[in-house]
Amino acid sequence: MSILVDKHTKIICQGITGKSGLFHSQQCRAYAKEHRPGEDVFVGGCTPGKGGTEIDGFPVFNTVEEAVKKTGANCSLIFVPPPFAADAILEAADAGIGLIVCITEGIPVLDMARVKRAMVTSKSRLIGPNCPGIITPGVAKIGIMPGYIHKTGSVGLISKSGTLTYEAAWQLGNIGMGQSTAVGIGGDPIIGTTYIDLLAMFQADSKTESILMIGEIGGNAEIQAAEYIKAHVTKPVAAFIAGATAPPGKRMGHAGAIISGGSGTAAEKQAALEAAGVIVAQSPADMGIAVKRAIDQRK
Amino acid sequence: MKIHEYQAKQLLAAAGVTVPRGIVARTADEAAAAYQQLGGAIAVVKSQIHAGGRGKGTFKQHAEQRGVVLVKAADAAKDNAARMLGSTLVTIQTGPEGKVVSTLLIEEGLKIVRELYLGVVVDRESGGPILIASTEGGMDIEVVAHKSPEKILREPFDVEAGLRGYQARNVAYRLGLEGPSVRAAEKLLRQLCQFFIDRDCSMVEINPLVVTDDGNLVVGDAKVTFDDNAMFRHQDLLPLRDLTEEEPMEVQAQASGLSYVKLDGNLGCLVNGAGLAMSTMDIIKYHGGAPANFLDVGGGANVEQVTEAFRIILADPNVKGILVNIFGGIMKCDTIVTALLTAYDKIGITIPLVVRLEGTNVELARKMLADSGKPITVGTDLTDAAKKAVKSLGA
Repeated sequence: MSILVDKHTKIICQGITGKSGLFHSQQCRAYAKEHRPGEDVFVGGCTPGKGGTEIDGFPVFNTVEEAVKKTGANCSLIFVPPPFAADAILEAADAGIGLIVCITEGIPVLDMARVKRAMVTSKSRLIGPNCPGIITPGVAKIGIMPGYIHKTGSVGLISKSGTLTYEAAWQLGNIGMGQSTAVGIGGDPIIGTTYIDLLAMFQADSKTESILMIGEIGGNAEIQAAEYIKAHVTKPVAAFIAGATAPPGKRMGHAGAIISGGSGTAAEKQAALEAAGVIVAQSPADMGIAVKRAIDQRK
Repeated sequence: MKIHEYQAKQLLAAAGVTVPRGIVARTADEAAAAYQQLGGAIAVVKSQIHAGGRGKGTFKQHAEQRGVVLVKAADAAKDNAARMLGSTLVTIQTGPEGKVVSTLLIEEGLKIVRELYLGVVVDRESGGPILIASTEGGMDIEVVAHKSPEKILREPFDVEAGLRGYQARNVAYRLGLEGPSVRAAEKLLRQLCQFFIDRDCSMVEINPLVVTDDGNLVVGDAKVTFDDNAMFRHQDLLPLRDLTEEEPMEVQAQASGLSYVKLDGNLGCLVNGAGLAMSTMDIIKYHGGAPANFLDVGGGANVEQVTEAFRIILADPNVKGILVNIFGGIMKCDTIVTALLTAYDKIGITIPLVVRLEGTNVELARKMLADSGKPITVGTDLTDAAKKAVKSLGA
């Protein structure tokens, strides 16, 4: 088992005729071919107005609805530019796509508020936006991460950041640990899937034995996650919080990474996690080791 | 994007919100004329900078002069304006370097009965906009939130429907408003929340919201910030940006698609990815150094971007060394080293440079660095690189 992604996942890309959309669709397809030769995992894409064509072997459809009908897709990877991304997410949800992964960075925050509101009654799950995507090593890569650094294993990885996730996967690989599933939840103020959603999934997943949570300054999602861990998570959890040196009131790259009104600091998040029994890496070089320590502590 | 108080009030007035009569002045004579034109006995002369705490702030050139003053005569308006304009106002929010005042807002004096607080922001928890109100107007809301959180009212509202009438009335009654003020508040609160939505704001703060002796509600001070990601659909707001209020290097970085924030340290850093960039700052501090900046070159990291990134880092005279931390994923390490070496030659870097690379084609990339013959120190891992970089400063 793993979470969110399994061998039944069939992926399309919204925005597949764009440069990034095509490149990453090719990468995801290549990953699937390498790990599951002969299976059809990445089944096509959508770009309005380009339906009926083909791009590098991917069939292109005008609408997600049509793509679902023709390919049986149940997962969509979104590379649509920011002004149209909210619409693309809702189109996927309306077409019955179960798992929507939005990579797009720079979506207006109120557009995401509208998406969040519209999806209250939807059965679809949104990951992101402004995230690297999801990977279940050896099964499927739905995102922009370099596939080979994610080894198969039993660590459930949740992160707000892209390259920092790669760094963590790399560190884990160096000490012989891999991931059950790695999920980038995104660095925006309003996101589809939260730490708590994923902590619950990893806690319930038989393949996952420990959890690494990577957070950053801004908001209080990590503090809520700490409370959840304390009450509901029995598996060992390690964490790292980026931005201990970030000045207040300044946005650090991610739209959501800002200390405002003296809250959302790394220190308060670290303290909350430690109070919940989480092993918190003080240095970003120690994320892998922290997972090992969290596991060893339970032995 | 931040704007000035006078600009915020003009926009709010256009949206139907009651603001004091006010006139913008850029010279002392204009300030005196504005006082005359307003025609009242009392006027307020307000420095326009992108920072709060102006009323208590003082000027570097005139220690006795405050950033906001009440005046009762045209001459007083003129004298105060003369001291304020062109001088540097230092407030609790500007930092010790302060900000130069080039614009004043001259407003009619209000007959203040009460001062309330209103704010509208995006609430991450409810995933939508939220109205925040308090009876403690005129105070720093963060202090109120800390000392007496029970005095803060929070009313999330629907991004499609806006603040509903009953929600506005609930807030009005809870603020202790009575009689005609309740109706006035209902109207103003709903207009304010609609303005927040219509203009894609990330923050609207009215502090204080003044209750006048006739029961009316007037915007005392207004702070408005727009969502940078939504500016594409608000082209009309772009001219309101005041570049003189922003860190020049941050503006330049933004124009080149880089994300840069200046800090106070002396070790520059160049990183790909926001999370890794923050972490790089953290690990520098962890090993006893002080980061000079946050800099995310993004996923592309081509020659132009890396060159520009080095230029921006080196423009800070405090920078005595640079740490490059790149995790090459899809973007291969050798591609990045090519960009790095080209940029190195173009710019002529003379301070210590430590490079840490990891990821795709890292062996080839490290060999390229070693073969380049340049005095570049290679860090074997994150910790090693951070230690070497801190040490290279000779601290």
